[in-house]
This record gives sequence, structure tokens and C-alpha cells, in this order.
Amino acid sequence: MTLYADLQVSRGSFNLSLDLTVEPGEVVALLGPNGAGKTTALRAIAGLLALNGGRIALDGSVWDEPPRTFRTPDRRPIGVVFQDYLLFNHLSCLENVAFGLRARGVDKQIARSEAARWLETVGLSEYARTRPRALSGGQAQRVALARALATDPSLLLLDEPLAALDASTTLHVRAELGQHLQRFEGRTLLVTHDPLDAMVLADRIVIVEDGQIVQEGKPTEVAHRPRTDYVAQLVGLNLYQGTASGTTVTLTEGGTITLAEPTTGPVHVAFPPTAVSLYPTPPSGSPRNTWPAVVTGIEQHAHTVRVRLDASPTGPSTLLADITPAAVADLHLTPGQPLHTTLKATEVHTYPV
Amino acid sequence: MSRRGRSTSGRLPLVLLLPALLGLAFLLVPLIGLLAKAPWSTLPGRLFSADVWQALRLSLVCATSATVLCLLLGVPLAWLLARGGLPGRSLIRAFVTVPLVLPPVVGGVALLLVLGRRGLVGEHLDAWFGISLPFTTAGVIVAEAFVAMPFLVISVEGALRAADPRYEEAAATLGAGRWLTFRRVTLPSIAPGVVAGTVLCWARALGEFGATITFAGNFPGRTTTMPLAVYLALETDPDVAVVLSLVLLLVSVVVLASLRERWISGLR
Repeated sequence: MTLYADLQVSRGSFNLSLDLTVEPGEVVALLGPNGAGKTTALRAIAGLLALNGGRIALDGSVWDEPPRTFRTPDRRPIGVVFQDYLLFNHLSCLENVAFGLRARGVDKQIARSEAARWLETVGLSEYARTRPRALSGGQAQRVALARALATDPSLLLLDEPLAALDASTTLHVRAELGQHLQRFEGRTLLVTHDPLDAMVLADRIVIVEDGQIVQEGKPTEVAHRPRTDYVAQLVGLNLYQGTASGTTVTLTEGGTITLAEPTTGPVHVAFPPTAVSLYPTPPSGSPRNTWPAVVTGIEQHAHTVRVRLDASPTGPSTLLADITPAAVADLHLTPGQPLHTTLKATEVHTYPV
Repeated sequence: MSRRGRSTSGRLPLVLLLPALLGLAFLLVPLIGLLAKAPWSTLPGRLFSADVWQALRLSLVCATSATVLCLLLGVPLAWLLARGGLPGRSLIRAFVTVPLVLPPVVGGVALLLVLGRRGLVGEHLDAWFGISLPFTTAGVIVAEAFVAMPFLVISVEGALRAADPRYEEAAATLGAGRWLTFRRVTLPSIAPGVVAGTVLCWARALGEFGATITFAGNFPGRTTTMPLAVYLALETDPDVAVVLSLVLLLVSVVVLASLRERWISGLR
């Protein structure tokens, strides 16, 4: 059954008006800048905020339909991972994960063994007796995920699940989160301001700006066919499909990209335009992703210049690079100009198709 | 290097230093006097005399019962004030704090008017259940609870307001109703505040005099608690009064020490 949410919320001068659906097994990302109303939408679906209008329903049961119906959060089959996790510090990790089962009336022993199984699933068995405050950010996030999933919710809500992590752990934790979400059979709604999270984790992206949906579609559609300038800047990612073998990905459109970490099989390859550098002559040393390219377009953005390049046949045929206006002047950039491009392998992210 | 040698703010101004020292002496000298005047040689005998023991036991029983009563009523009241979203909340809070500033004797008179045998509520208690509170041990507990409860409510409410309500939201999304959330999430997180409030409340109940003597009278073994016994003994046998006072002083010091070390500084 589909989660159907027609969300109408007014907060002072701010009006949220979203129409969302999430199918079983689907991961939908609500992507948008801070203050767009993403978290408000999530709180409304969780029941932490009452709707002013509209309707939320799942499996034929209505959760919220003002003015008559309102189910409190504890009576909705949901699991929530909060931005700063909100693990109970007076309970051990095991007790945190068992909390939802206990609250739903599961026998203590069964709840504890089920919680232990979930801690094992997220790879934290040895932390069962640990208090949450002793965990690292990535570990706390995994405990929070286990706690949310332990009750076998129909709907999993993730509020900026990676925002509280430092950059070095984000990549790893994101990949793991992706695996857990893939295995989860219920519906997932992910709220994030990070386009990469949305691209890597979601089956469908809903872009929200100022309380309204501005675009909706599969990650590749949204990335390749941005409908507004805002979306283009937001998802300004280089995104390709290809087949990985070890640290090399052969792109479907031709060319190869070298990765920092090996993987295999059909993958999406994504990297931000800032990871691409431009040189007038072939760079010295041996950066692994070095392609001769031709400038096909130049766009001025707020603080950077986005350069469109064609790096075929050795690299991608459409490549975006963000450089500073000063670099544009140094390189005397003009369309049609031949250049040399390099891409840092450590900034390339892959995820399974 | 001595601290004095490194002082950067210059000499302490005499106009502040002198009253400060005077104030300190004013607070300390009576306590020192109590210790100096104590009949140390005969102290053990007096301490374990039947009268002292009786008063002490009654005091402990009544203060503890009053504290339990305050916990049962005061913690929910604090929760209501902090989380209930009541209209006119600040007005209710003001009423709650009235017993803090009200002369205890006035509290005793008020209790007598309401719970006395002819009182507003007491009349019905007597007629329907045959319960009469004034001049009984139960009356002592009521009087002490009336005076001490604000200490608990204020302390617990402060802790509740400082606690992050989003943890309660997290518990709700995990399927916990409000009562379960209160027991398993809210209460443990405000435990230090509850303990501090309980200790303050208990100490206040133990020292209660005015409301007790007004509402419960002075019947040895039934309503004569330590403070009342001290007052009585002062007229008949001052040495006993000193001994009783020393016991109360000791209890106060213990309470203060336990509060400071465990709950006020550092919070765990």
C-alpha cells in the first residue's frame, strides 16, 4: 500500500503545501535548502506536528485529516532517525534499540534478543552495553537506525541522517545506510539538504523550495534535466553510469574513470564539479584521471564559474567543472578551446544501479 | 607563586570587605556558639534519652512521609507546569510558590480553616470518613508537606524545563505513550533535579515549626517533632534544647554536603 500524504501546514507566514506518495520498498528523498519546509513535512508525517489541512493515510488507515482525525505518533507504525539521533543517554545501546519493542508491548527477553540481532545487523554487537554518549557519530547513527528499524515500521523517516557526521566518515556511513535502506521492505522518506545523499540513497527525489515542490523524478532525471536554476545548482553533479571492475569504471557513454576504492558491477558514478581541475598544458606527475577536453560552454554562477567540457573519447562526453573567476581569466577560457582536465579519485562516489 | 602576588585587580575595597566579613560572622557565630555551649560531657546520655529519641523518630517519620506525599503530588504538578501547555501557567506557578514566602504560621491557620473539624473540607472528612487531621501525626505530615512542596515543585520544574523535549518526541515515535515516556525517558533524565528537590523538601519538612504547631499542636509522641521539642525544652531544660539543636544542625550539614557533592556541582 502506498503512503499518501497531502500536507498543508501553516506556521506564521510560512506555508507548506506538499503532495507526497511513497511506495513499499521505495526511498523518496525530500531535497531542498534549509528552511524549505522539509523537516516540517517529516514532523507532520511522524505526528509530531498536526496538519492544518490535507490528509495523511497508509494502508487504508487515516493518520491525520483535520479537523476530525489525528493519530498521535505512538499510534503510527513509523521509525524515525533524527538529525542528532536523540539516543537515550541513560540507557545502553541495547536498551535503546529494544525501547520501541518494549513500548509496543513485546516481552522483555524477546525484545532484548531482537535488539541484539539488530545491533549485529548494523555491526555494533560489541557495543550492546555501551552508553550512547561513548559512541562516535557514525556508530550513534547506526544505533539510531537500528532503533528505528527494530519495530519493523511501515514507514521509515530519516531527518538529515548524515548531517551530524564529519566529512571523513560520511562516505562510509552513507554507503552502509544505502545497503540497509535497500534491504528495508517498508517505505522510506529521507529529508536532506545534501544532493549527494539524495542521489546515492533515493529512488526518487522530490525537490522542495519555500514549502512547494519544484521538481520530482529519478536522481538521474533530476540531475540531467534540472527544471529550474535552483535545481541545477543544487544537483550540480557529474553523474554517469558504467561498469566497475576494480578501481576502474568503464562508462556506458565511453571513457573510463579511476576510483579510490575498488568495486564491481554496474554502478552510478558521481562527483561534484569542484573536483575537476583545468590546466592549459598536460599536468606534471601522474594524476589518475587526466583527460584532454574541449570547452563547450561557460556559465557564471554566484561565486564560481561553471565550465562545460567534452572529454571524450578518454573521459565523459559531458563534464562540469566549477572554477573561480580568476582561473577563468588565467586560462583565457573560450568555447572550443582545448584544455587538460584532472579529477581527484577520492572525490568520486559510486553506488549500485 | 602565591596568589596574592599575582592579583591583577588591586586591593579589595574596604567598604565591601568589612560588611562581607561581618555578614560571614553573623551567619557563623551562632552555630559556633551552639557547639561551644553544648553539654558535651552529658551529651550521650541526653541524646539517647526517651524524650529526644521519641521526638527524633517522629520527626524522621513525618518528614519522610511528607516528602513522599510531596513527590507523589509535586512531580506531576511540576510536569503539568513545564509540559502541560496550560493557560495562565505563570499565575499557577505563582500560587505554587506562595507557601515559600508565606509565614508558616499563616499556612497553619489556613490549613486549620480548611481541614479543621469545622473547616471547609475537614467538615466532610469528619462526617463521611470519620477522619480528623488537626492535632494528629497525619496533621503534622500535612502541615510539613504544605510548606515543603514548593521546594520540590520548583526544583523539578526547573529540571524539566532544562531537559530537551525532543527526547520525548523520539520516545513517542517509538510507540511510547505519554505515561511510559514520562517514566522511561523524562524521569531518568531529570533524576538529578528530582533528587535535589527531594532533599531540599525533606530538609524543609524536618525543620518545619510554625505550620506544625498551629495545625497539629504539641502532643509529645504524636505531634511534637524536633523543632517543637527544641522550643519546649528551651523553657524547661536548656541543655536538652542545645542537644536537640545539635542533632538538627548535624542533619542539615549532612543534607548540604550530599547536595553539593552529588547533585549541585557537576551533576554526575
